Amino acid sequence: MSSPLAVHDDDHLLTGWGRTAPSRATVTTPANYDDVASSVRSAGARGVLARGLGRSYGDAAQSGGATVVDMTGLHRIDLDVAAETLTTDAGASVDQILRVIVPAGFFVPVTAGTRFVTVGGAIAADIHGKNHHGEGSFGQHVLRMTVIDGAGDVRVLAPDDPETSEMFWATVGGMGLTGIIVEATIRLLPIETSRMSVDTVRCPDLDDVMSRMIEGDDDYRYSVAWIDSVAASGRGVLTRGDHAERTQLTDKEAVDPLAYATPSLPSAPSFIPNGLLNSASVRAFNEAWFRKHPKNRIGEIHSIPSFFHPLDGVRDWNRVYGPQGFLQYQFVVPDSAGWIVERTLSRLKDVGAPSFLTVLKRFGPANPAPLSFPQPGWTLAADVPAGIDELGPVLDELDELVASEGGRLYFAKDSRQSPSMVARTYPRLGEWQAVRDRMDPKGVFTSDLGRRLSL
Amino acid sequence: MIDALGEPQSVLVLGGSSEIARATIEALPRTRLRRVVLAGRPSAAIDDAAMSLGNSGIPTVEVATFDATDTDSHEAFVDDVFDDGDIDIVIMAFGVLGDQMDAEADPSKAVHVATVNYTGAVSVGLHVARRLRQQGHGHLVVLSSVAGDRARRSNYVYGSTKAGLDAFAQGLGDALVGSGASVLVVRPGMVRTRMSDGLPEAPMTTDPEVVGKVIVQALRKGKHTVYAPGPLRFLMTAVKAVPRPVFRKLPQ
Repeated sequence: MSSPLAVHDDDHLLTGWGRTAPSRATVTTPANYDDVASSVRSAGARGVLARGLGRSYGDAAQSGGATVVDMTGLHRIDLDVAAETLTTDAGASVDQILRVIVPAGFFVPVTAGTRFVTVGGAIAADIHGKNHHGEGSFGQHVLRMTVIDGAGDVRVLAPDDPETSEMFWATVGGMGLTGIIVEATIRLLPIETSRMSVDTVRCPDLDDVMSRMIEGDDDYRYSVAWIDSVAASGRGVLTRGDHAERTQLTDKEAVDPLAYATPSLPSAPSFIPNGLLNSASVRAFNEAWFRKHPKNRIGEIHSIPSFFHPLDGVRDWNRVYGPQGFLQYQFVVPDSAGWIVERTLSRLKDVGAPSFLTVLKRFGPANPAPLSFPQPGWTLAADVPAGIDELGPVLDELDELVASEGGRLYFAKDSRQSPSMVARTYPRLGEWQAVRDRMDPKGVFTSDLGRRLSL
Repeated sequence: MIDALGEPQSVLVLGGSSEIARATIEALPRTRLRRVVLAGRPSAAIDDAAMSLGNSGIPTVEVATFDATDTDSHEAFVDDVFDDGDIDIVIMAFGVLGDQMDAEADPSKAVHVATVNYTGAVSVGLHVARRLRQQGHGHLVVLSSVAGDRARRSNYVYGSTKAGLDAFAQGLGDALVGSGASVLVVRPGMVRTRMSDGLPEAPMTTDPEVVGKVIVQALRKGKHTVYAPGPLRFLMTAVKAVPRPVFRKLPQ
């Protein structure tokens, strides 16, 4: 008789990027779309979920007791130069895609702060980048996608097809709970060079950062501010830019204007005691990061990795937070509630939550997806170690402010908000659930995030 | 689901009127707690516990009938509870102390202590473990006792059941490594509860609140064994090292 307690070879403990709250799942590695469909059809009572590169910070890409379909083995990439589009398997990463398309003169329409995300994950989380204020989020650049629904059947969804557009937008930002995305066609951005032309300003305080962003962001395709989370002033570094044109390159650079290489540094140590990352080391890092940027520089030429993905050079940097893991608190609030940015920084300081990476950005208009995170206003993202005492109550207090001002939190970063917070801040949740129930009537798609938040 | 900050959403107590379990729930972070199941034999104590937890703002507090000695009922009982939703923390807190002299005079009384504390715990523990493994996450907290660390003349029947339970829980914890579920073995010393009412106090006697806090901290840190209060670990190391002829003569 086989033991119901036995742990099998394909059992894996999964967490998100924050390395908190693991759960076990049976992981399968499909060789083709049929394998994906059969995983859906044979899903047990605990359900099934697709997983990409696991860059969601919390529990979005894990599902205790379920079958988790590791999509990263499916990464075919077809570039259509004439149409300026890309058709890829959902398991292809932005990293793999950039290696193909940058030398051919194209860029992805939206990239997050890491290129180690899959296309499926980018759609499911409806990721945003430094260009959201002008170009929106990832889902807005998807022309068509192929999804395996809850019955294991293939559906082709497109935003301009009245038959499928509702399902398309429920899948954009749907956190993998409407079906498994297996393929997508996305619109690309033509570029003349692989370099970025960047303007950098060091700002003495938070007011200066925010007013410069309000005044000037519209003049730039890309804009983001890094905030010193330790300094009392809330000083920061504002970096904005666009893809460089050929004429902006030096003769040496112009020899190979579309050259693309990704530097890599050694990975972070695999074991760091929780105590090493303390306010002193974070203070030192923040000081150094502020100083390393020029006071004011216009039109500096940067590479794509250094401008978009600076942390990708350090493999496994999430380990610096030690065994208790970390989380990222990211909210969006309307312009009228910009004061919550300052309040958040000061409350996190109060509990001694050291943050290396605190990033502020302005969002443009929302898209039609009911669960998409971005909406016009300010978005702040701060990394915080999970082991800090009193962090829970302080974040709950900030949640309350965010919710009462009409803001909300980002599912791809969340690992601790309450179900009532979601119900309150995503007013179209019911509408999304109705479409989800049509695509997955038996509820086979499950995730720990979905269970925790009653999605 | 337990969130990134260690906040649970659901708790099952086996031995629902247990004061230590009650104190553990009080000590847990509770802002996300939405379902507590108190399981035990019907009693005023369990109803009171449910009432007061409900009044403290937990949205759903259920009382379920559970009899440790009725092992045939355990499978259906555990499945019923888990079928209504994942359980993040199971606290196994039932047990009887019995009276050593009575047990020696009437061995059937010893059998009862063994059936509740050991046989019943093994039975329900395995069913719980099966469901925790299936759901891929969750903690089983087993209330053992320092009485199981070393048999004493004055309560060796009780002590032996806890020794057996302790060994069972350790092995179960090892079996579940990699399953997403885990077992926390808790070894309290003497605790001021109904069970110990009227007995002379042993060294390091403590209150249920202290044990509750120790359990919550151990869960947060992912420990597999903990004494309550913590320093009892050192005392018991010393106690275990005492040779039997000497130990026998110590005041019991």
